[in-house]
Amino acid sequence: MIAANQPVQRPSNAKVLMADGRGTIKHHVRSELANLLRPGDVVVANDAATLPASLSGQHGRTGHSIEVRLAGRASLDEVRQYSAVVFGEGDFRTRTESRPEPPKLIPGDQLELGRLRATVVRLLNHPRFILIQFEGSSREIWEGLARHGRPIQYSHVPTPLAVWDTWTTIAGPPVAFEPPSASFALDWDMLASMSARKIRFGTITHAAGLSSTGDLQLDALLPFDEPYRIPWSTASMIEHAQASHGRIIAIGTTVVRALEHTAAIFDGFVSPGERLATQRLGASSRLRIVDAILSGTHERGSSHYELLRAFVDDETLGRIDQELNAHHYRTHEFGDSVFLEKAENAIPKHHDVWSTKVDETFSTESSTVR
Amino acid sequence: MKINHEPTDSIPSSPMPAPPDRHPGNPFVDLRVAITGGTSGLGLALVRELLNRGARVAFVARRRDGVEQVGHELPDAHGIVGDVSRKEDIHPITMQIAGALGGLDVLINNASDLGPMPLKLLADTECEDFGRAVATNVFGPFRLTKALLGSLASSAREGRGAVVVNVSSDAALNAYPRWGAYGASKAALLHLSRIWDEELSQEGIRILSIDPGDMDTPMHAAAVPDADTSTLKPSEVAARELADTVAAVLSRRPIVQEAFA
Repeated sequence: MIAANQPVQRPSNAKVLMADGRGTIKHHVRSELANLLRPGDVVVANDAATLPASLSGQHGRTGHSIEVRLAGRASLDEVRQYSAVVFGEGDFRTRTESRPEPPKLIPGDQLELGRLRATVVRLLNHPRFILIQFEGSSREIWEGLARHGRPIQYSHVPTPLAVWDTWTTIAGPPVAFEPPSASFALDWDMLASMSARKIRFGTITHAAGLSSTGDLQLDALLPFDEPYRIPWSTASMIEHAQASHGRIIAIGTTVVRALEHTAAIFDGFVSPGERLATQRLGASSRLRIVDAILSGTHERGSSHYELLRAFVDDETLGRIDQELNAHHYRTHEFGDSVFLEKAENAIPKHHDVWSTKVDETFSTESSTVR
Repeated sequence: MKINHEPTDSIPSSPMPAPPDRHPGNPFVDLRVAITGGTSGLGLALVRELLNRGARVAFVARRRDGVEQVGHELPDAHGIVGDVSRKEDIHPITMQIAGALGGLDVLINNASDLGPMPLKLLADTECEDFGRAVATNVFGPFRLTKALLGSLASSAREGRGAVVVNVSSDAALNAYPRWGAYGASKAALLHLSRIWDEELSQEGIRILSIDPGDMDTPMHAAAVPDADTSTLKPSEVAARELADTVAAVLSRRPIVQEAFA
């Protein structure tokens, strides 16, 4: 595949590879997406806007230049504390795996990030993966992030990204650290044409985290825990679709992660509320809610690619890879798309494989609203 | 109070200053509202009025000292420094609004630019002055509304509301000599509002254009320095009327579509 190196969000002729439930592959373009859906389908997208989560500045104790990439938060309302990956001098123009190490980080270190001031609270099982806490009022922190932060960016896009390059057309609460880029395929005209065809549209808000850190040990931990919120309107759309045999179409991996996380807790029921997704999905995961996914094209070995293995078997994925290469699909966040229906032979497994626990705290809403 | 399209009945205003209204019939309780141009005139009066009605309010203005002064007086309001006429400011403003309020239900595009000061005949108007009026009065509301549309659509799906008010003027409809830059830009905003309201109605988002009438505000004083202020409407009255109009639209919103209608 070719790296998409221009910050252009899915033009109408962007490619979409479709693999149906029998593994038959066809090629479409983005403007035909609504035609791949059926009346009665429910399309669910992640409406998180993307924070400019790259903060350049100085490590107070040594004066060394650093870049802090905010990577996660404990809840969608959290303004003060973030997990973060720290890089040494330089910026996105250097590949993440080639970036110099930051100075040694110890709890209590002060970080000066533009007008933002932060303290290292503790290390998170890795020398440059830390919990930081910003100083100041909520107003000052929001203003500091909005004015000083830059979008997290990788070297395959050579020109600096503007914030609007990273926001989807449906972007709402600014809680993601990287764009929920599958939604770059959506526009308001498509939503209107879906609505005209009795295809319902709902959103969740999921704080999508980093997709890559440049460190094998850290990348192996991806995706980090991510908070998400399922509004009641989306939950009720899903409930109705389930009752009337409509399909649930996830726009992006974050939507799959959120809906399946909730369904695992509530025995196949999507209850509204805010929770923290902790699980990883892969070949042995049983999908209880989502019937198809629209996603970017992903590289073998990445956590996003692993999640696609929950939809289609490895033989089909291998053929998809060949087709993507043969037809010059573009990859990364501004690249082309795949639309994968859950394989018809993906018989419910006897067990779900969760790599982590699902026993986190729920909001009161989640247990009372149905 | 004139709504320039789809007139909406106004709810009679209370003759007394309203105490914080927690009545279940008050649609503003806990509603998330953003107001541009919020440190003087109608904008400041709206910040006060909507805080009094129980809304969670963010306000935007260009000058930091003005934002800090209002923030000091009204600590419950979230002040944001930004210039809606600058493209580069729109996303930082949007991020602070949606971040601080956790979404948005009502956006009031109130910030306006008169064009050349003192007012001039169009033939004497510099393109740059006209451009500034269009940037503030047309592109600003367009860009800010567009950037907040995801939040507003989400609010509509949740049955919370989703109303955008573009503050208009009778100069949008009438050809007043020397009001060319302002009047033409407000006319563009009025038409933008009407078209967008048509387009977004199926998303459950209303775009209203509201003319608050001639008010006793710093902007009016700048435009008409020798006006008899006793004939002008106090901005507090205009704010109350505008809030009533939005309340009427909110309370009339369709019951949230049943998921399986």
